[in-house]
Amino acid sequence: MVSTATDWLTRLPAPAGALEPIQRRGREALAQLGLPTRRQEDWRLTDLTRLQGLLTLPLAALDHASAEAASAQNVPGRPENGWRVVLDGHSDPLAGVTLPEGVSELSGSELKQALGHTLARCGSAHHWPVEFNHSLASQVLALRIRGSVPPLEVLVGAAEASLSPTRILLVVEEKAELEILEVFLADSGAAHSHLFEMHLGQEARVRHGVVAQGSGDSALMAHLAVEQEPRSSYELITVSRGWALGRLEPQVVQVDGQASTVLKGLVLTADEQQFATHTTMRFEGEEGELDQLQKTVAAGRSHSIFNGAVNVPRAAQRTNAAQLSRNLLLSDRARIDTKPELEIVADDVRCAHGATVTQLQEEEMFYLRSRGISSARAAALLLRGYCQEVVDGLPPLAQRWPVIDHLLEGLER
Amino acid sequence: MIRPDAELLLDINDLHASVEAQPILNGVNLQVRAGEIHAVMGRNGSGKSTLSKVLAGHPAYRVTGGSVRYRGSDLLELEPEERSRLGVFLGFQYPVEIPGVSNLEFLRVSSNARRQQQGLEELDTFDFDDHVRERLSVVQMDPAFLERSVNEGFSGGEKKRNEILQMALLNPVVSILDETDSGLDIDALRIVAGGVNQLATPENATLLITHYQRLLDEITPDYVHVMAAGRILRTGGRELALELEKTGYDWVDEEVASTGQGVA
Repeated sequence: MVSTATDWLTRLPAPAGALEPIQRRGREALAQLGLPTRRQEDWRLTDLTRLQGLLTLPLAALDHASAEAASAQNVPGRPENGWRVVLDGHSDPLAGVTLPEGVSELSGSELKQALGHTLARCGSAHHWPVEFNHSLASQVLALRIRGSVPPLEVLVGAAEASLSPTRILLVVEEKAELEILEVFLADSGAAHSHLFEMHLGQEARVRHGVVAQGSGDSALMAHLAVEQEPRSSYELITVSRGWALGRLEPQVVQVDGQASTVLKGLVLTADEQQFATHTTMRFEGEEGELDQLQKTVAAGRSHSIFNGAVNVPRAAQRTNAAQLSRNLLLSDRARIDTKPELEIVADDVRCAHGATVTQLQEEEMFYLRSRGISSARAAALLLRGYCQEVVDGLPPLAQRWPVIDHLLEGLER
Repeated sequence: MIRPDAELLLDINDLHASVEAQPILNGVNLQVRAGEIHAVMGRNGSGKSTLSKVLAGHPAYRVTGGSVRYRGSDLLELEPEERSRLGVFLGFQYPVEIPGVSNLEFLRVSSNARRQQQGLEELDTFDFDDHVRERLSVVQMDPAFLERSVNEGFSGGEKKRNEILQMALLNPVVSILDETDSGLDIDALRIVAGGVNQLATPENATLLITHYQRLLDEITPDYVHVMAAGRILRTGGRELALELEKTGYDWVDEEVASTGQGVA
């Protein structure tokens, strides 16, 4: 395995640009780490052959225009009341973009100081998907947000049969407010390596939506690290479907407690797809709050994995956390693995968790059918209802995208 | 309204059915003509709810013998959705909650399935909205319930009103109302019964499945059937319900015991 990674590293273009030192360090780390193995708990269930497949892809070399016009996708026009940035893993993301008031680009020493800070706080260093991105990414969208700014839409494109490394760093200042929607598009065989870092200052409020729609053999490897100061509020709503290999890793740390975190995820898998969601929520101060809901739908011979870690050390007294994992199996051959991992040391806390795995309920089906609705339509209605709960939480920008219709395409028999 | 020459809508002959290999219906015979209101009474476990589910086509119930003809055709070979589209309606004893599915959308899809069968034009969102608001008056229902998920968080009375609203929209030929009175206070019972009365016409028929006589104070049946051990034990007019209320079901038990008509 190590040699596979080493071979791959030697074939990469030489480190260059603003992120050159990071690329260099990332490659060194990967050379040490090699490829993940099934002996590692976090990768125990992963189809490693598909992961190795990522290493055979050429790096992205498409331009903005083609990412935005990615033919197979229905990309709506730019948001009227918001602004859009396009990432293609290759070009300067801010070329031709006029930043709205309150938004400025981080560069030079500022960037050097901020980049990687949150990753370190979240314990993300030496994490394979992170170092993978480090070794590749040559561009970073790095922004400072002050006050209340218009909603931001980030289009993350990846062209057919290529690997697109993208990176975002957002520093959301004290009391600032941001709504951000990241939309991942992938042509067949395309792969994303995405690294997202965000720091929320005191009383900052961020609503973060992720819509990740793959197709064909596409792959998604995304790590989201978020650091919250006291009295900040962060909502992350992720909706994913259509990835042959998917891994989404939201890591949130409340550095001094007293912050509010909402994590809602929906993952749909079909055919032979495999998607893993690994969330980590860490409370490092008192009176933090978490409301987490993870929903999956598994059809065909697909495999959906959820690992939800919640860390409540002694310093995190009076934490109030709730995690619920709800899973729907649409086929006898699909597989769902769900695992809450609660590590609670503090004694004065409320931490609830639960997990359910069900099939479409016979009574619900019969009720709809007894009203003249065909069983196919009834199943589709029930499925839509199941997904709606998470989709409704996406930022309003998402209403311009046919999220739910895309999600259910092909699953509605 | 009894008219011997009215169309025979439902013809149940020696119907046997079981659930999980347990026989529940042991030879039900019943004929329902257009314009008639029938009440089927009986203790819990007598088979009356099973009868309603078998008629609606619940997949958990297996018909093991006998026949049911609906307007001359074999009802039992049809899927539940086909029965509904052809005009068979089951009002549920426990209407099912369906989170995430809007009540309005559910009602629209359901009505259009029936309308299509009837050769009527399907209604789009706007036309259906007008149509449903007009029908709400049948059960004095608050329009706010249209915007919520199907039956989710509805009180018992609201769920039953929602059932009768569906009946009003589907315009069924035979309505089977399973314990529609259960869990209702007297005001809600009057509203629901008033809705059923408004919807009764000389062309359709209603089968009321009930445990208590009080529903029959509000809806006057033409026939009352007493069910026990999976069969109809006795049929009479309204006075049979009144007699049951006075004497209770004890005589039914005795009759079942003496004739050996218990569950096989």
